[in-house]
Amino acid sequence: MSNWREVKTKDRLKIPAQKMKEQAPEARVRNMQEVPLGFTPEQAIQEAQRCLQCNNAKCIEGCPVGIEIPRFLAAVADGDFAKAVAVVKETNLLPAICGRVCPQEEQCQVVCTVTKALKSIENSVGIGKLERFVADYERIHGQAVLPPIPPPTGKRIGVVGSGPAGLTVAGDLIKLGHAVTVFEALHRPGGVLVYGIPEFRLPKEIVYKEVEYLHRLGVEFRYNFVVGKTLTIEQLFADGYNAIFVGTGAGLPKFMNIPGENLCSVYSANEYLTRSNLMRAFDFPLSDTPLKASKKVAVVGGGNVAMDSARTAMRLGAEAVYIVYRRSEKEMPARLEEIHHAKEEGVIFHLLQNPTKIVGDDKGWVAGMEVQRMELGEADSSGRRRPIPMKGSEYFLDVDTVIIAIGNDPNPLIPQTTSKIRTTKWGNIVVDPQTQRTSMKGVFAGGDIVLGAATVILAMGEGRRAVKAITKYLQDDDWTGTPEPIV
Amino acid sequence: MYEILRKEDIAPRVCKYVVRAPAVARARKAGQFVIIRPKNDSERIPLTIADGDEETITLVVQEVGKTTAIMADLKEGDSLSDVCGPLGKPTHIEKVGTVVIIGGGIGIAPAHPIAQAMKVIGNRVLTILGARSQDLLIMEEEMRRASDEVIIMTDDGSYGKKGFVTHALQDLINAGNEIRQVVAIGPAIMMKMVCKVTLPLHIPTLVSLNTIMIDGTGMCGGCRVTVDGKTQFVCVDGPEFDGHQVDFDLMMRRQAMYLEQERLSYDSYVQKHRCKLTPEAEAL
Ligand SMILES: Cc1cc2nc3c(=O)[nH]c(=O)nc-3n(C[C@H](O)[C@H](O)[C@H](O)COP(=O)(O)OP(=O)(O)OC[C@H]3O[C@@H](n4cnc5c(N)ncnc54)[C@H](O)[C@@H]3O)c2cc1C
Ligand code: FES
Repeated sequence: MSNWREVKTKDRLKIPAQKMKEQAPEARVRNMQEVPLGFTPEQAIQEAQRCLQCNNAKCIEGCPVGIEIPRFLAAVADGDFAKAVAVVKETNLLPAICGRVCPQEEQCQVVCTVTKALKSIENSVGIGKLERFVADYERIHGQAVLPPIPPPTGKRIGVVGSGPAGLTVAGDLIKLGHAVTVFEALHRPGGVLVYGIPEFRLPKEIVYKEVEYLHRLGVEFRYNFVVGKTLTIEQLFADGYNAIFVGTGAGLPKFMNIPGENLCSVYSANEYLTRSNLMRAFDFPLSDTPLKASKKVAVVGGGNVAMDSARTAMRLGAEAVYIVYRRSEKEMPARLEEIHHAKEEGVIFHLLQNPTKIVGDDKGWVAGMEVQRMELGEADSSGRRRPIPMKGSEYFLDVDTVIIAIGNDPNPLIPQTTSKIRTTKWGNIVVDPQTQRTSMKGVFAGGDIVLGAATVILAMGEGRRAVKAITKYLQDDDWTGTPEPIV
Repeated sequence: MYEILRKEDIAPRVCKYVVRAPAVARARKAGQFVIIRPKNDSERIPLTIADGDEETITLVVQEVGKTTAIMADLKEGDSLSDVCGPLGKPTHIEKVGTVVIIGGGIGIAPAHPIAQAMKVIGNRVLTILGARSQDLLIMEEEMRRASDEVIIMTDDGSYGKKGFVTHALQDLINAGNEIRQVVAIGPAIMMKMVCKVTLPLHIPTLVSLNTIMIDGTGMCGGCRVTVDGKTQFVCVDGPEFDGHQVDFDLMMRRQAMYLEQERLSYDSYVQKHRCKLTPEAEAL
């Protein structure tokens, strides 16, 4: 083990990629437990030794928060997991979460030299899996040590929303000696990590552990607090907050505006997943929040949210679950792993198809969905080929439940109640990209509320950037060069 | 935690709770609601704020399922796990002249702060209260204080006049009152019938919708209804809408989505936590 550094590149490329054990598809569709079971320490060391320790490490550039991946992997290869996790945590506060949900195949792993040498994304170094391994190792083997906190600065910062953006900002600011209060509308912290992403992909225990850590560092959490309703941003300033970070996410579900969309068993993915995850409908009647007992479910959309909804529906006992997506599999925005897992679990894919109406029975329940076939035309502005309806191709899909997972818009509550904060016409808060400053003095924003529905790691990256700018602002009170407020 | 400072039975299976929730209390306006969870593993339910002061809000709750039964079993000094709000848009309060406020059943509670606000701004407030029978009529005194005139209707004639609130409304119209605004809060079917009366006369009619909700912040869309052919979220776009545009039939169906499961939850709660018979069973 100690001489792995001497192994030649040619031979390192021969070390087989380690497979993470997973629950078998037949077993896991009947429970909510996590699907991949994690590496053993031996597997982790072997996998880390596959890294070529490149001098110009492309993986670091591929990582939105710039984790020093070769250094982190070298520590794993040495069997020094504590050091490995410390390296990761220099730039990423939430590795147990990112190791599980980041799209590594589009970030660090796609540019990995091993991926290129072996011409296969499946055989890239399992950076994400190793990130998960070291974070889990730390969590299971002892408490994370609290870093020293400098004396209080006397500054108070309000953080609105407890998703990955808000948690990152809170964690970084408390370590600088500021007083931090997180305001969360729901009764639990975590944002999408808790209400959206299912237990079988991200155990909630992990998120709560991270929040508990912030709590131990001294961050104050106020739940059931809807900024804009309970108090407005301006009132928070009047209450003595020196700066405010808005990380309220993209929590406004889109609908298709087709007939029948308000029938009883039509859900937004947000509602379906919130009922199941946050409110534990999968445990009903042991929990109190129900979901319809569906037999045949259509999920409209092709992103992670659609895969999560479909896989949840399977676990809640549906006999057949269909993904209905208007483009082809190649254009699906979901992570490869999610698509793969969904297929393994028996989700049926209806590609190049789009719903035109939902039909109800005499009691107002869904009785089926009319679907039209599509073909791909020219590339559109997103670079993906535009789907074009095929006239006369409509057919009837026999389902009793429809879940709409076609995306979320930015949460409008803060902009609606804070006239000085400028938004784009889609409702995203406009910020200066270097500093995350909004058009209102003292207010910063980041994550999905700025980017539109994006990713956990990008939300964290924006939070990081905001912390730097907040620190500077608290010192110099300078607010020049930011987006113009609305007049 | 949100302490229950006072609790009072005000009708069979209907309780009034005065809850300490200073942040909500200071921000609340007529027409707004809260989402509560009695225990830390409960579901989230919306409740309209019926009254309040600097530190407290008043909630009036009828026991209709497990969550409200849990509430009924709480005592003064106990706490609610979560109270989130105030949510929804406040009622648009304007001096227009004569306003008719209609409260049906438990809907009288949310109608109360609206009557108060309408009166304070200088309207003539005529109030119609409806209940199945005398013992189920709530908040009569409070409503009398907030109104210029109160008419009481019971289905069985045990108190006030026998009949529905629509009959009383028709009488007020027939008597030549220049009604500028109607606000109706109660069972969906009552609001629908009130709208039927006022539509041909073009009397603006506000209704407050009590759909199923989860977050109450516009995140899930579970509360959505069709108003004027368009989808609206009751928790953020409402809870009040132009009653003449609301698709009540659709709304009633959506309200009834989980009746079966709610019944199951309720029955097992009652069996487990109350060693006595349910009020219905007792009545048999
Ligand atoms: C089902 C699903 C699956 C996903 N899967 C992945 C994945 O695999 N990988 C990945 O990288 N990304 C994934 N994403 C996207 C990712 O979760 C988001 O990009 C990320 O959570 C955004 O973080 P955020 O902090 O900006 O906001 P959020 O996580 O949305 O958190 C915002 C928080 O703010 C609160 N809030 C909103 N308004 C207010 C207010 N006025 N006052 C107080 N609190 C308020 C909300 O309740 C919420 O808790 C997924 C998203 C969903 C919905
Ligand atoms: S209750 Fe969820 S959007 Fe209204």
